[in-house]
Amino acid sequence: MRSGTMRPLVLAGVTVLAAGVVLAGCGKAQTNSGGSSSSGELTLWTHNAGNKEELAVVNQIVADYNAQGKTKIKVQAFPQANYNDSVVAAATAKKLPCILDTDAPTVPSWAFAGYLGELNLPQDLVAKQLPSTLGKYQNKLYSIGYYDAALAIFTRKSALQSAGARIPTIDKPWTAAEFDQLLGKLKANGKYKYAFDLGTGDTGTEWWTYAYSPFLQSFGGDLINRTDYKSSEGVLNGDKAKAWAAWMQGLISKGYTPKKSGTDAFADFVNGKSAMIWSGIWSTSNLSKLGSDGIYVPPPDLGNGPKIGGGSWQWAISSSCASKDAALDYLKFSLDPKYLAQFAIKQNVVPATEDAAAMTPGWKQGEAKRFFLDESQKFGMIRPPTPGYPYLTTTFAKATQDIVAGGNAAQILDRATKDIDANFKSNNYYQS
Amino acid sequence: MSVTTPRQTTKRGTAAATDTHGPSIKRTERREALVGVLMVSPSVILLIVFFFIPVALAFLLAFTNARLISPSISFAGLDNFTRLFQDELFWKSLRNTLLFAVVVVPLQSAFALLLAIVVNERIRGTNFFRTLYFVPVVTSIVVVSILWKFMYQPDGLVNHMLQSLSFNVIQGTDWLGNPGAALPAIIFMSIWQAVGFHMVIWLSGLQTISPDLYEAADIDGASKWEKFRYVTWPGLRNTRTFILVTITIAALSLFAQINIMTQGGPLDATTTVVYQAVRVGYQQQQTAYASSISLVFFILVLTVSLVQRYLTREKG
Repeated sequence: MRSGTMRPLVLAGVTVLAAGVVLAGCGKAQTNSGGSSSSGELTLWTHNAGNKEELAVVNQIVADYNAQGKTKIKVQAFPQANYNDSVVAAATAKKLPCILDTDAPTVPSWAFAGYLGELNLPQDLVAKQLPSTLGKYQNKLYSIGYYDAALAIFTRKSALQSAGARIPTIDKPWTAAEFDQLLGKLKANGKYKYAFDLGTGDTGTEWWTYAYSPFLQSFGGDLINRTDYKSSEGVLNGDKAKAWAAWMQGLISKGYTPKKSGTDAFADFVNGKSAMIWSGIWSTSNLSKLGSDGIYVPPPDLGNGPKIGGGSWQWAISSSCASKDAALDYLKFSLDPKYLAQFAIKQNVVPATEDAAAMTPGWKQGEAKRFFLDESQKFGMIRPPTPGYPYLTTTFAKATQDIVAGGNAAQILDRATKDIDANFKSNNYYQS
Repeated sequence: MSVTTPRQTTKRGTAAATDTHGPSIKRTERREALVGVLMVSPSVILLIVFFFIPVALAFLLAFTNARLISPSISFAGLDNFTRLFQDELFWKSLRNTLLFAVVVVPLQSAFALLLAIVVNERIRGTNFFRTLYFVPVVTSIVVVSILWKFMYQPDGLVNHMLQSLSFNVIQGTDWLGNPGAALPAIIFMSIWQAVGFHMVIWLSGLQTISPDLYEAADIDGASKWEKFRYVTWPGLRNTRTFILVTITIAALSLFAQINIMTQGGPLDATTTVVYQAVRVGYQQQQTAYASSISLVFFILVLTVSLVQRYLTREKG
């Protein structure tokens, strides 16, 4: 009796599983459509529905713009987690809004897929911007940002003094040898459990690429060869990359950094568990708990100059926009320094231009946060602008996780290189 | 829906039926057919839209170079499969998946049977124990995974318990951070989580066995083991097949625990086929490659299930 009904059941079960795998991938994309722009009104999509402060500034800009009585802009805010899915779904349905924001590493992918149109902004406006706030793909500008984020080593003055180390500056960062000596002394002092917390507790892919590829670049390696964006051979598995991997593994094996950081590594730092921590500008508000003892300094020069990650959320115009001139007019309007300053104040981010910095308390020449702007200007490295970036970042992040877990570094890097090269070749180097 | 029965009666009826009866019978028949279609349609439509179309799409996409975001799609032949079979990560995923299934299927079904027999005894408090064993099943696997992730930490509950129970002889390890310990740790936790469900199924099987058989066995002077071997075990035939097939399929599709607890790490020690498919398709946006993984997985599970069905078929 049961055996009669089992076969369909088994088959159904099996097929559901297979479908589930696929559905998990595609199902999410089938949300939100709409938002097409009717005449006289442009729709604007933004990712920051969950970020009240940032959304308030966007709404303020739009309200000011609408008050001019030209084209009317309508804001639609999405939660960040679903934002990219919504854009991809809307693009498939040919219902993209005129104006939308995009995360910097996604720009080439969306430009390549034909979602985004080239931005014909006046050169003098573009020239003022911090380079890492410009989303370029194949020498064309597709997006422009109001701000950037920046990484830094957060530490205590007292900890550096106790180890006899100097406080480094952007013009005179620590050398690799100096940094190594400092780590050794901090460890020997024994006051802090860890000398330098890398923040490896974060399992999100993008943090691993954003935070640790600058060290690789500081050694002289990279995720991919940036001359033609076709292969990682030699840059991700060359001697410099191997030196980077050995350095990362050394930090762990020598006990300088935890293999897996706590869930809130910055709180551990504030509570005195670690002497230094690799974090970003967003942590400055928590640093104030340490008073004047808390400072931020640039990363060490590991051979090829200090590097930090660059590129945050930026604004673009869809290629399907019917009134590109109006959309461009709004973008120009929104790039007014006073708005950029508002973002920097409310969001704790690096303002995109000098004019904006001059209007932001704490960011003027010689003031405390100015450091991050100078750092972004001098050390900021954008993530490789290629449509193959999603594959690059996931492969690199996994390789780094395996390296941190203590695997055979040369093997891991060779395999990552092989995977990337095979993927790029299979996808015709993301050129068609 | 039985639409055939009324039709047969009409055939017989039409000759004798008067003009007033004919249309009314036809109308009833048509109405019944319509009701039938209406009642089936929601599930048929849902099945087609969310099941047959995606499955067909996945099979087609496996032979293209489609990405989640790409300007064009072109036919790629067997490129995805050639790459897949050269992909070290795929073989590791496959090995982990099979290892998980090979350990979990016998252990979990045996343990579930043991629990079922224990809670089937007519003693005080069986309901309490039945509930207790069933609690992990009704708890979301996501919640369970997050809790066990904390328990498995180097200074977590598991290591503390090991230390205090063994008077500091056993120190434990970083269960999920140690490549050798991560998969066994997930296997242990998965069995603990799902065993209650199969216990309940065994239990329902046990309760279908007539008490008369046990009485007869008692009269024949059978020992406890003999009663299990010659009464209980044959009586659980169909339950056994069902449990075997469901545990195998569930084990082969291991994903949630991996996604939450280890993300396939450390050093690929816990990556599985389904986890790899989701990661490739969603994070890496390689839709076609993920489809080819799904297709291979589909064939794998189908084969395993068919073999199981063949081996457990009713002989004679």
